Order: sequence, then C-alpha cells, then structure tokens
Amino acid sequence: MSWDIKDIQQWGWKKHPPGGLIKDPGNSRKFKTGSWRTFRPVRNEEKCSQCLICFVYCPDSAILIKDEKVIGIDYDFCKGCGICAAECPLDAIQMIDESELQK
Amino acid sequence: MATSNKVINNQTNQGILNGDNIVINSKALAIVGTDAVSEAMRQINPDVVAAYPITPQTAIVETFSQMVADGLVKTHLVAVESEHSAMSATIGASAAGSRVMTCTSSQGLAYMWELLHIASGLRLPIVMPNVNRALSAPINIHCDHGDSMGARDASWIQLFSENAQEAYDNTLQAVRIAENPDVLLPVMVLLDGFIISHSIDRVEIIDDEAASNFVGEFHSPYSLLDPKNPVTVGAFDSLYGYFFEFKRQQEEAMSNAVNVIKDVGQEYGKISGRSYGLFESVGMEDAEFAFVAMGSAAGTIRELVEEMRSRGIPVGMIKLRVFRPFPAKELAEALSGLKAVAVFDRSNTFAGNMGGPVFIELRSSLYDLQQRPLMINYIYGLGGRDLPIELINKAAGELGEAARSGRVKQIVNYLGLRE
Repeated sequence: MSWDIKDIQQWGWKKHPPGGLIKDPGNSRKFKTGSWRTFRPVRNEEKCSQCLICFVYCPDSAILIKDEKVIGIDYDFCKGCGICAAECPLDAIQMIDESELQK
Repeated sequence: MATSNKVINNQTNQGILNGDNIVINSKALAIVGTDAVSEAMRQINPDVVAAYPITPQTAIVETFSQMVADGLVKTHLVAVESEHSAMSATIGASAAGSRVMTCTSSQGLAYMWELLHIASGLRLPIVMPNVNRALSAPINIHCDHGDSMGARDASWIQLFSENAQEAYDNTLQAVRIAENPDVLLPVMVLLDGFIISHSIDRVEIIDDEAASNFVGEFHSPYSLLDPKNPVTVGAFDSLYGYFFEFKRQQEEAMSNAVNVIKDVGQEYGKISGRSYGLFESVGMEDAEFAFVAMGSAAGTIRELVEEMRSRGIPVGMIKLRVFRPFPAKELAEALSGLKAVAVFDRSNTFAGNMGGPVFIELRSSLYDLQQRPLMINYIYGLGGRDLPIELINKAAGELGEAARSGRVKQIVNYLGLRE
C-alpha cells in the first residue's frame, strides 16, 4: 500500500494509523542515516581485489555493486561503523574523520 | 476439570426476556471463580494463550491446559518461562492477527509491567483476567487491588467482578469490548484472589453456541503474517516523531470504550438475562448517603445496605464495575445531591494520606458539581484482611454522622487495621 506522507509532520493526531502502524513497506529508504556517521569509509580502488567481503559484511547494504563489482559506497545510508574497513583483507578501506574531510 | 463439577439439580434455565423473545439457554454449575474464568475461555476458544502460573491465578491456566489437552478448544497454548515472556508472546501473537488471552496475578502482573504499555500502545485487543493479589513485601498471596492499581495508567480497560458469575460474564464481554474497532485496547478482567477465585459459587454458564455467537470472530485490522499487505509494528518514534499523537489516540479509544462497554453489556443481557453497565446502583433513587466499592466487598456492603434500608435508613451503594475508563461524568451524576459518600479502597496510593485510588479519582470527578457530597475514604482488606459486616456497619455509623452533622471527622480511615 502506497502511503502519501509528504506532509506527515503536520498531521493531526486523528490522521495517524492507530498504534504507530506503518502501512507502507520499505519506506526506510526515505530515512537517510548517513548523517549519523563520524568516520567515513574511503576505498582505495587500486588495492581492491573485488573479493566483495565488504559487501557481505555491511549491515546497512551500503556497498554499491554493479556487474558483480564494487563501484562505491552509499554515503546516504553508511553509518560509518567501520566493519568493512576491519574486514577488508587488503586494507583497501580507510576510515577517515568526517571533520577532516569537511575542512 | 471444570465440566466435571457438579451441576446443581441438573438445572437448565430457559428464560424469555420481555419484549425481545430471546430464549436464554444456560446451566448452573457449582464452581470456583477460576473455573468460571476457564469456562469463559473455553467458550471464547482463543487462537493463542501464553501464560505462566502464579497463585491464585494458577487454577485458571491449569484447568484451561486440561481443556487444550482434551481437545475442547483449538487454542495453541504456549507454556512460557515467565510473565514477561507470557505478555511478550501474547503481544506477538496478537500482532499476527490472532485472538489472544493470558492471565496472571500480583508479582506476575508487576513483571509484565513494561509489556502492558506495549500491548496498549500497539492497540492490541488482548484479554487478561487478573486475580487480584497483594504485591510483596512482605510476601502475601491474598487479595487486595494493589497489583492491578499499579497498572491503572497503562491504558488497559479494567473490569471488576463482584463474584464468580461476574468474572465469567466480564471475561466473555471483555473480548467484544477489546476488539471493537473504536476501542482496540487490551482489557483486564479483575477478580478478588481466593475470595472469588477459590470459593465455590453458583455460576450460570450460557449455552456454548450462544457464547460463541456473542464473541463472534475476530477480524484483525492487520496481520504480521500477511505478505500481501506487509506492515511494520513497533517502529522507532524519535524526538520529531508522533508519539504524542499516538498517546492522544489512546485517550480517545479509552473514552470511546464507555459507550462500547454499555452497548456490549446490554447485548450480553439479551443472551444471559444479566445486563451490565459502568456501575450498579443499589437504592440510589432516594439515598442521602452512599457507599462506593469494587469487587467482592460490594457483596458484603449490599447485604448491609439492604438491611439498613429495611429499617428506613436512606443509604445506597454504587458498585463500580468499570475502573478504566473511569466513568467520572456518570458517577458525578449518580452522586450529585447526596449528603455524604464513603469510598472503599482495597489498595493505597501511598501519596501521603491522600487516600486510595478510587477515592482520589472519584473526589476529582465530583469537583465540578454545584453541590458536592462530603467524602470519606476507607482503606480496607490489604493483604486479604477480612471485611466483616460489623466493620462496614462502623463505617456506616460514621457516614450517617457526617451526613447529619455536615462535617467529616477524618477523611482517610483504615478499616480493620489494628491500632
């Protein structure tokens, strides 16, 4: 069921489905969690062997894949947990302080 | 097993209600209060029951488990390891779209506490008989209302019973009240531990078919197990979310419950001969002073009220059946114009001599009346302390004196306490 929630922040109490029920599956895509991140994973493409271990371990499905190859990281949803960097067997992912990157 | 109990005179009632021409089929059994509740559960035939035994509720689960084993119901019985798990399993099964029940007492209810709010917050129509028992410490297995009063702000409907018959009747009605689309709140059916739960009483069990038709089928507004209409239940709601709006909805549902409880109580009267409202009035038409009480004490008070009225004393009683929603408007109407009211509380708020919960809420309900009655509170029966008729008589004397003199000597009193 598609649910029009454009102006949900203005909804009065009578309009919400009782019990906090969410009737629109998959709408967590609209909630971008990238802003939670303190450290950003940055890939070194030259070191990467395309083993896809980072893709397997990423808890937020934020490793972007195309034609069975890593093509980047989805910073809209990556929370910066660092699991990819810790698991990468070739140290091809580095965690960099977001504040450094914003300088 | 409940059904093996003696049937009084093999008696079957077939009454015809005036006007409606509806035949009431019922049989009278001599059973204890817990078996009366189990009988109601057998007739409700819930999809899932998850429960953990605790005195004095144990016999309900025991008898019902036997019914499951004997194939009398098609219920899936989940034998959980605690009350916390009982309410958790109940919540999950209810969100999956099933008709679900559990039951508990005292520490068990306390252990469920955080889940009680989740059940009501998710608007799940769970029905739970709670056999009222004191909360520790000191450890005490006997009756008072301190356990369910601890959950009075949990957004659960609370129906109190005077005897085993009412425990049975309330349990059947609770299903209809909880599942009403304008309500969708969990319901607690309260019965006094031991006094009702373990005393043999005459209970009229209505015909299985009539009971089954009365409760009807549950049509859940959604199901976690419906892949065609997937939903998220229990999502996170943060600072900029809608928590406040959902809480306002719960208040509305509770207000809606007032009329639903009355309608269901009337409809139940048509199949049983026993109609129910928010409270029962005894002699209130011409009473000058009155008692207000809940649970089994109302039976003892009724005895005294009838005796006093036969001597021409203008006394009345209101037996409060519905504590949540609190029928403030209706009670104010019923008590308006009285000289004095004595409120009986089987628990205390420990608020610093403010009185018991029924007293505090009733006094607040009467505040806007032009002519407020004087009010006296009697806290009684904690930890199962008996309430003999002599003690109520003592309270009646003080109440009559307050009505005559126009002043209350002591607002909060402890009836049956050793001074």
